Amino acid sequence: MATAKHNTVLHVADVHMRFGGLHALADIDLEIEEGKIHAIIGPNGAGKSTLLNVCVGRLAPTSGAVVFDGQVITGMKPHEINQIGVARVFQTPEIFSDLSVMENVMAPAFAKRDGAFRLNFMKNVGQEKEIRQEAEHFIEDVGMTAELETPAGSLSRGDKRRLELAMCLIQHPRLLLLDEPTAGMSRHDTNTTIELLKKIKARGMTKVIIEHDMHVVFSLADKISVLAQGRIIAEGDPETVRNDPEVKKAYLGGAQE
Amino acid sequence: MLTLPKKELITFLIFAVVVLSMPVWLIPFGASYPGLLQTFAIFGLFAVGFNILFGLTGYLSFGHAAFLGVGSYTAVWSFKLFTMNPIPAIIFAIIISGVFALLIGFISLRRSGIYFSILTLAFAQMSYNLAYSVLTPVTNGETGLALTMQDPRIIDLAFSERGEALPQVALFGLNMAGYGGFYFAAIILILGYFVAQKIAISPFGMMLKGIKSNQNRMGYTGLNTKPYTLAAFVISGMYAGLAGGLLAVTDPLAGAERMQWTASGEIVLMVVLGGIGTIFGPVLGAWIIKYFANIFSAINENILHNMFSFLPASVQDFLVPLLALFVGEGWELTMGLMFVLVVVFLPGGLMEGYRRIAVRISAMSSKETKSVDKPAQTDKQAGGE
Repeated sequence: MATAKHNTVLHVADVHMRFGGLHALADIDLEIEEGKIHAIIGPNGAGKSTLLNVCVGRLAPTSGAVVFDGQVITGMKPHEINQIGVARVFQTPEIFSDLSVMENVMAPAFAKRDGAFRLNFMKNVGQEKEIRQEAEHFIEDVGMTAELETPAGSLSRGDKRRLELAMCLIQHPRLLLLDEPTAGMSRHDTNTTIELLKKIKARGMTKVIIEHDMHVVFSLADKISVLAQGRIIAEGDPETVRNDPEVKKAYLGGAQE
Repeated sequence: MLTLPKKELITFLIFAVVVLSMPVWLIPFGASYPGLLQTFAIFGLFAVGFNILFGLTGYLSFGHAAFLGVGSYTAVWSFKLFTMNPIPAIIFAIIISGVFALLIGFISLRRSGIYFSILTLAFAQMSYNLAYSVLTPVTNGETGLALTMQDPRIIDLAFSERGEALPQVALFGLNMAGYGGFYFAAIILILGYFVAQKIAISPFGMMLKGIKSNQNRMGYTGLNTKPYTLAAFVISGMYAGLAGGLLAVTDPLAGAERMQWTASGEIVLMVVLGGIGTIFGPVLGAWIIKYFANIFSAINENILHNMFSFLPASVQDFLVPLLALFVGEGWELTMGLMFVLVVVFLPGGLMEGYRRIAVRISAMSSKETKSVDKPAQTDKQAGGE
């Protein structure tokens, strides 16, 4: 296993992913630094979501390994990977539509605590004051205090995404993976989300963002990796990537002008 | 630890009163006799337990009658081998059915959705067939397992002589065949209801609801869903075993027909009819189905003629054969129609009907007192349920 630098939180090492004849990921080598926002961009079908699925244990790579905090996580189950500090926001909001907003945010906190299994039905949810207060705090963070008791299924799409973010934040993950956090949002909602993510970044949480929206990427990212046809074709700070001729040819050229 | 929040405590107390006073308020319905009362209490308990798996966790088992049967056989064996006291019998019934549920659940829960349902159905039918064939030494096959004069009953016979007749199940002298059996089952139903309420509001219950709502999300939220679903399966299996044990307590006889798939289907109907996911709904569903099965099936044309004797003969001759289709042998037709109506118009079961009425009433009373802005909010709540 390639050794990672000491401030690397996530190291994707020489990962290949083949689906039959399709080489979805080819020789991906990525290092995500502690406390940074790392954006992964690329045209449709570049392999961004596949890469994310490899990182959270949904897919096992054909070869290579993913190392989180010095621990190889390839082969581990999604719930085990979450337990050691990786949280994920999905492209289409994955929430508990039958539960209220409050319960939606409390459930991940309980899951984090009791994930392995605990049969604690001598207590009730209402007695767990700290978790309730913390949930209230994170709901306030994403600006949804007015919706505490609303059933999550009846929220707007933008609210569902914000709710999912709060569900991840209450777990205090070391690494947060966001799959197109602003897709389908209005410009106003997008800007609110950007502000929110900046606020979280100030707390030192490492984030990987997969994104289409260049406005979001360039206003947030510290580092950008450009993925095309399963390969990383460029990597660096936003300025470098913006001026990279390869990138312009493959992606930005068509998208921006 | 053994308390409930205020709202749940009130429901619990009302429930306890309703159950214990059943012999009184069921008189006008013609259902206040010990046999039916016992059935109400026992199947109410079965439904409460089934709902922990189906209503809270979202796994539809088509094989829970197997645990009912296991509980019955275990209880009868406890009477035969040890004592006629019902307490050890139901404790054994809970333990043994729990072990069965652990084995069947462990395998069935490797799949979800329809595949899970089919696996449970397959296991239940296997248990049913085994009880009739190879397990005859344990189950006494088609004859059913019953008490005999030669039973060892080691605990009872250590303290007293073997009597002339077959002994009866008794809790320290209180005979379990009549009202005694009803009150025994009723108290256990109330305890079972309390435990179900505790589960529903606990963090454990919240994890189960999360699994039902979005199992995928639960996994990415750090929860190992397997032990949780298995625990829900075992708990509901134990409830079924306890109910089966109580059937044997009120009538010490166990037959394999209790494990047949129709019995497993019936419990699903009970829960759906009453209201999936609510705690009282399944009990209500069980009561209604058992009421129809016992009361409507007993009505025949003569009784109908008597009921309508105030009408002119020509109207009677038209009405009675028509209604006769829905009673007696045809009670299942009535049940089926009612089921269809509930599922189509009240997908949340009878409890949803109750909630809608409650919302309407509170909307009406708030309209009288205040302005008109309240109903919009209550409508929204009803829509989300």
